[in-house]
Amino acid sequence: MRDVAIIGVKNTKFGELWDRSFRDVVVEAGAGAVSDAGVVGEKIDAMFVGNMSGGQFVEQEHIGALIADYSGLAKNLHVPSTRVEAACASGGLALRQGIYAVASGMDDIVIAAGAEKMTDVPSPKASSALAAAADREWEGIMGATFPGLYAMIARMHMHKYGTTSEQLAQVAVKNHQNGQHNPIAQYKSKITVDSVLKSIMVADPLHIFDCSPITDGASAVVLAPADIAHEYTDTPIYVKATAQASDTIALHDRRDITTLDASVAAGKRAYEMAKVQPKDIDLVEVHDCFTIAEICAIEDLGFAKKGEGGILTQNGETAIGGKIPVNTSGGLKSCGHPVGATGVKQAVEIVEQLRGEAGKRQVDGAEIGMTHNVGGSGATAVVHIFSRDR
Amino acid sequence: MIIMSVPRFWRKQIARYNLVGTQCKKCGEKFYPPRNMCPKCRRDGEIEEYKFSGKGEVVTYTVIHTAAEGFEGQTPYVLGIIKLEEGPSLTSQIICDAENVKIGMKVKPVFRKLGQDGERGMIYYGTKFVPESTDKC
Repeated sequence: MRDVAIIGVKNTKFGELWDRSFRDVVVEAGAGAVSDAGVVGEKIDAMFVGNMSGGQFVEQEHIGALIADYSGLAKNLHVPSTRVEAACASGGLALRQGIYAVASGMDDIVIAAGAEKMTDVPSPKASSALAAAADREWEGIMGATFPGLYAMIARMHMHKYGTTSEQLAQVAVKNHQNGQHNPIAQYKSKITVDSVLKSIMVADPLHIFDCSPITDGASAVVLAPADIAHEYTDTPIYVKATAQASDTIALHDRRDITTLDASVAAGKRAYEMAKVQPKDIDLVEVHDCFTIAEICAIEDLGFAKKGEGGILTQNGETAIGGKIPVNTSGGLKSCGHPVGATGVKQAVEIVEQLRGEAGKRQVDGAEIGMTHNVGGSGATAVVHIFSRDR
Repeated sequence: MIIMSVPRFWRKQIARYNLVGTQCKKCGEKFYPPRNMCPKCRRDGEIEEYKFSGKGEVVTYTVIHTAAEGFEGQTPYVLGIIKLEEGPSLTSQIICDAENVKIGMKVKPVFRKLGQDGERGMIYYGTKFVPESTDKC
């Protein structure tokens, strides 16, 4: 297997992009990443596009071909393009497929992108589309919503470990603090624990400020074999591990409601592949679709003991300057969560950090970074580890 | 809003109405929602129908204030994970006042309307749960 590097990255603005279409945002991200890498179209061997639900959000399937077409890579160059879907982990999985393609030796220059256009439908319709990431037949039909499923995780976490609503709120406050320095972030406003606790209740104990928003946006990276990465950039960022794991589709079938076993398994596989431990990781982008999800993630990935994620957050150890900075991009909460794009956006953030280009969000001396992307309530987890050194 | 198409609902009607799941004769594990492949024995398993008592307890719960599409008229409603006494867990609504629901609370099943497709569409029925101590059935 060949070593793989990221040689170019680009995020579009994340937010309610009323004036932009699905294809507009993906092409902007893809072209931006290619331009960042200094690659010409003729060199591109393949592309992978993470997208959860073009069918429900913009009534468009056949996303791979559409994007190849509007990127100018279809009609003359006939570049193969594949859409990848794993609910909210679609982006992370598209990146993983791209890494496979390069690592295998089949392809050299590969684009891994992710995109979602969620605001072309009314919010209830968007929520309903997202609910398809859970078990429609045995959760959705009983009136389960995504906030509802994560609320049940939160309730159990509070019951078992004494985690508090204030600790959950601190996740949101910290992520907004980081997001205000991210030019692409959807919400750049500072919030307080009090404002989170006073925001409307969506699914008890989760308030609206415990939830990531509905977002439009796209992200892309360009992958190359590590051996030729320096032909394109002075600062290639190397892929040290790519890992994925599955768990039951329904929350009620899990071994433990407060642990995402798929995150644990994917994390373990990634640490083994990269030959590193949690203490070696300088920063991590985790899947904070809800505040409780970040607390579970930092426990499941080994940054806190089970049950102590809330305390780690409360003590400021997950902020920039803390023991393990979490979600320097602002996370899904503040940066926004265009579901198919998120997994790729996390990688873009880590690349910018490891290059030392993250501005006011910069983690000093960051050498090794991790991303953690979850599908549904934890049925898919995708974990990557990146490094400045090969 | 169509919650689920008629054939898709009808296919699992007995399971939804009467809490009929499955069990693997080989290892004895019971499944609700029903499974046709035992995760332990896989192709060596022998699956048959199994009727659950419906008695169980609340593992965790939430009170939903922002409803799923088609459930807007029901808010706030209590949604929970119920562990049945025979082993498996399921997701369902718990009919009781939000302030009375507790983790570990014993519950029993009741036959209830789940929803309806508009004014003239199909009415969906299924199993919800109530505290064991109530007289409701």
